[in-house]
Amino acid sequence: MAIFINKETKVIVQGMTGSEGTKHTTRMLAYGTNIVGGVTPGKGGQVVEINGTSLPVFNSVAEAVAATGANASVVFVPPKFAKAAVMDAIDAELPLCVVITEGIPVHDSAAFYAHAVAKGKTRLIGPNCPGLISPGLSNIGIIPGDITGPGRIGLVSKSGTLTYQMMYELRDFGFSTAVGIGGDPIIGTTHIDCLKAFQDDPDTDAIVMIGEIGGDAEERAAAFIAEYVTKPVVGYVAGFTAPEGKTMGHAGAIVSGSSGTAEAKKVALEAAGVKVGKTPSETAALMREILSAK
Amino acid sequence: MDLFEYQARDLFEAHNIPVLAGAVATTAEEAERAAASMGGKVVVKAQVKVGGRGKAGGVKLAEDAADAHAKAQAILGMDIKGHTVHKVMIAQAAPIAEEYYMAILLDRANRNFLVMASVAGGMEIEEVAHTSPEKLARVGIDPNVGISLEKAREIVKAGQFPAEIADSVADVLLKLWAAFVAEDATLMEINPLVKTVDGRIIALDGKVTLDDNAEFRHPAHEALVDHAAANPLEAAAKEKNLNYVKLEGEVGIIGNGAGLVMSTLDVVAYAGEKYGVKPANFLDIGGGASAEVMANGLAIILGDPEVRSVFVNVFGGITACDAVANGIVQALAILGNKATKPIVVRLDGNNVLEGRRILNEAAHPLVQQLDTMDGAAAKAAELAAK
Repeated sequence: MAIFINKETKVIVQGMTGSEGTKHTTRMLAYGTNIVGGVTPGKGGQVVEINGTSLPVFNSVAEAVAATGANASVVFVPPKFAKAAVMDAIDAELPLCVVITEGIPVHDSAAFYAHAVAKGKTRLIGPNCPGLISPGLSNIGIIPGDITGPGRIGLVSKSGTLTYQMMYELRDFGFSTAVGIGGDPIIGTTHIDCLKAFQDDPDTDAIVMIGEIGGDAEERAAAFIAEYVTKPVVGYVAGFTAPEGKTMGHAGAIVSGSSGTAEAKKVALEAAGVKVGKTPSETAALMREILSAK
Repeated sequence: MDLFEYQARDLFEAHNIPVLAGAVATTAEEAERAAASMGGKVVVKAQVKVGGRGKAGGVKLAEDAADAHAKAQAILGMDIKGHTVHKVMIAQAAPIAEEYYMAILLDRANRNFLVMASVAGGMEIEEVAHTSPEKLARVGIDPNVGISLEKAREIVKAGQFPAEIADSVADVLLKLWAAFVAEDATLMEINPLVKTVDGRIIALDGKVTLDDNAEFRHPAHEALVDHAAANPLEAAAKEKNLNYVKLEGEVGIIGNGAGLVMSTLDVVAYAGEKYGVKPANFLDIGGGASAEVMANGLAIILGDPEVRSVFVNVFGGITACDAVANGIVQALAILGNKATKPIVVRLDGNNVLEGRRILNEAAHPLVQQLDTMDGAAAKAAELAAK
């Protein structure tokens, strides 16, 4: 078991024929991810050969789903065309769409997120995220597959490289699933969605949650943990020593009601019973204590 | 990117949002000429991207052109919360009857856009939001639906605007929404939106933030960038497409990924407490740490006279550590004797053994490797204190 993806997840790569798409399709295939094809509008009918695997290319996600039975996609399409690609996946009612692309205008993300909510069929992860990995089962995105193996820790993080760092720190324990949700202002899957999924996953014993300064997602996650999560949660927030940024106007403060500092997030998480580390290594040590006591 | 008030005014005007005549000036003489061409009383307003300039004395009423010269003279060069005033805006003065509030912004929590409007405007809007929330309409907007005339009227009503100006305010809201979408803004705030004594509705002051990710469809936004404000090192970094922020400290930082770099700043700051040193900068070289990117990054950091040691902290994800190590070696070869400060390197992740081997083999006298992030941070802090 794992959250969101497993061995059976059939994945199509949107933007597979581009250089990034090809590079990461090769990696994911090598890991054992069940890649069944790609989508590049205008290149439908082509076949891409990667290390002995023949992958058909389709013009649209709907065509790809009809032909392959795919139930997930990963998007490597450049920012200019990313909105159309994600809308295509949502219109095809794909259950999972993982958007790796960095630099998508937030008006575009807002539009595809609203569309996904309105249709109610697609879980979006990202954009601007490294994707997710259920070690030993499936790897969708760009998370290195060789950091660690299967285990019983669930990890959710805004930051890509901190995800890798934390997986590395706890490599002797392994992970059920690690999800990089991305740090953009609008993301499809939140800390809370992952916390809920990990709480409900019988194969996850404990959860690491990594946040960053800005916004109030961590504060809301803290409130959710207090209400719903009974498994131990260890937290880390990057940016304790970051200088306070300037604020524009009054609108931001009215909306978030939080300063967005690492300290504010730490206080909120600790109030919810989460142990918060000051550094990645200290955070890993806190998790180690919890798992060793079990 | 945050805009200056005068840029926001111009942008509003371009989208037919009612504004008063206004001009920007960088000298007292320019201010005087602008005031003369407007005639009558004007307001001289410091152009800084920080709040509270009124209280700091950065906004003054001038009786005539000569007075505008004097007021501009006093305001130009002023320091407002660490921001030096390089420009003033000369704005026509208008007799104000009432002050209101209107804003559209990205709402991260609800993952859509949010309109806020209130008849109780002016400086104290945060106070209004806190003490009389019923006076502040807050309405979420579906980006795929937008704001219809009917919706705009609803919002204006909820903001408790009086009936006789409701249509004019709704019209401003529709235009503000059109501008917000057309310019790829994440914030457009009118504070205050005013009614003049002769009954006109006017955007008197505005704050605008534009989405940097949308630059590719707005070539005109390039002209709005404030090159003067950037620190010279930041400007040089931007030219090389590096994500660099100058801080006050002695330990130069290079890392990959914003989260890891922020975390590196934390770890160095903690390690530095013992030695009285701090991180000198934020520099994220991103995923593709080629030799060239590494050389550019190192050159910027070594160009900072405050830097006494450098900490390169890389977790190889997609980027392999051997590529990073080659980058460091080649960067040092490119920099030659310009590289004079000790460099502590911590590599982990993808192909780390080969990366470490390359650095060991190169045996550059300035470079030393440590195995952990904590250990390397402590070493870099110690070296910076020497």
